[in-house]
Amino acid sequence: MTPMRALPWRSESLRRGALTLIVAAALYEAPARSGYLPPALTPTLGDIAHTLFASLADGTMLLHAAATLYRVVVGFGCAVAVGLPLGVMMGRFRAVENFVLPLTSALMPIPSLAWVPVFILWFGLGNTVSVLIVFYAALFPMLLNTWTGVRAVNPIWLRAAGAMGANEHALFWKVIIPGASPFIIAGLRQSFLRSWIAVIGAEMLAGSDWGLGWVIFDAKEFLDTDMMLASLIVIGCIGFVTERLVFGSIERATIYRWGMARSARG
Amino acid sequence: MHDVIENGNLGLGAAAADRGALWRVWRNAFPFVVVGAIWEAIAHLGLFPAQLFPPLETIAAVFVRLTASGVLPHHAFDTLIRLTAGFALAAVFGIAAGVLMGRSRRAEDILLPLVSIGAPIPGLAYAPLFLLWFGPGNVPAVALVAFVSAFPIIYNSWTGVKAVKEIWLRSAQAMSADDRRLFRHVIVPGALPYIVTGLRLGLAQAWRILVAVEMLAAVPWGLGWLIFGAQEFLNTDVMLAGIAVIALIGLGLEKFVFQPLENFTIVRWGMMT
Repeated sequence: MTPMRALPWRSESLRRGALTLIVAAALYEAPARSGYLPPALTPTLGDIAHTLFASLADGTMLLHAAATLYRVVVGFGCAVAVGLPLGVMMGRFRAVENFVLPLTSALMPIPSLAWVPVFILWFGLGNTVSVLIVFYAALFPMLLNTWTGVRAVNPIWLRAAGAMGANEHALFWKVIIPGASPFIIAGLRQSFLRSWIAVIGAEMLAGSDWGLGWVIFDAKEFLDTDMMLASLIVIGCIGFVTERLVFGSIERATIYRWGMARSARG
Repeated sequence: MHDVIENGNLGLGAAAADRGALWRVWRNAFPFVVVGAIWEAIAHLGLFPAQLFPPLETIAAVFVRLTASGVLPHHAFDTLIRLTAGFALAAVFGIAAGVLMGRSRRAEDILLPLVSIGAPIPGLAYAPLFLLWFGPGNVPAVALVAFVSAFPIIYNSWTGVKAVKEIWLRSAQAMSADDRRLFRHVIVPGALPYIVTGLRLGLAQAWRILVAVEMLAAVPWGLGWLIFGAQEFLNTDVMLAGIAVIALIGLGLEKFVFQPLENFTIVRWGMMT
């Protein structure tokens, strides 16, 4: 979503954008209030806002968000802890690459959520399933981006550093890791996006009383549409904040500062 | 979209070109042999109940039985139909919206806020809402797949049209190209690599979400439903056979859709976006 950043926010655009949102809101609000549609299915914006603030104020929404974030952080953390070293090793050692790559290319096309029923049988309902699904979803982008990054390090840098007497250790920390960092950071970002999608799905299918995905799915049983839309808003906000603020600032602090515009495609 | 490698070309076998073909086959098969052997050992040692951890031959037998009786192909066929329908809708509307946004400042101002509000929410989160609004079955499944895969297509088409060089437009205009010819001969070819990338990303997202949607939407046939339904009866072998089919379809999409698309753009335009 890089192009967003380059968008010039002219006042004309801002005005039209605001107008669009108001018109869209009105288009939603009019039928919702008209009474032709069941209010249980199309709550008014006021109801949604009320539910959102009520659930934020009594802390339930925060607890749900915390449960979801906990699952994402654990699963994503494990995926980085495994994927990053393994990706580096794949890039450095042909034997590791030969072993891991065929397995990766067979497992990667399987959507992580397809494993949910199997994991439920193996590990029971609860946190383990969600964390493992997040791990599965986040592992492959991390692994492949790191691997590509290490292989994309300019061989001239390696030879220059070697000629200047760098040992393996210095070569690794001063040349390979910074050289691969645009790819690694792109991998982190992509992995996080995948984990965020996976955790919502996993919570819906393997719900365990807490979690934003579970709230939405549970609210459906009770036709609690305003609660569903309120959780959707929270999910969107968390996703937006992590994507833009966390990863955006990581990018600014590293690859932009080092003058390495992302060479990755996409 | 920051996909560096999106089910991309993994370069399998490129490094081993200097050795024999047999060696290459063995090199790619070896990891599977190891993992398969470990699986078999665990299954036969009886550490876990066979119901939950079936040996490979049981899974293979179920696979063959279900394929022969036509159950598995039927599930796979329905899944593919939903994928195609949802993706086709997304492609038509996504490209139209993206190109419109790229060409007209007004359309951009109107559509961009809506797109950027919708995009950061994981598509699956809308699933219960779609189920409430459209009822269970095929309609919400296809609608959700279309909705989810539309975002990368819109973004990329929009970026692609904006990336068409101003100087190409002006030189075409100087050569008295009218609007239609400008569109057909300058804008479309210029934006096409981006659009193709968007389609590739959109299809990959559609595929990733479809299986989960089938589990949630209670459709009568479909691989997601097969797996989810098998859970009720502890049929782990059926679930794993279903996952094997999902893997095969995924690999097929990659080999026969993503890679040709990618090669097509690279070869034709010598660029990759």
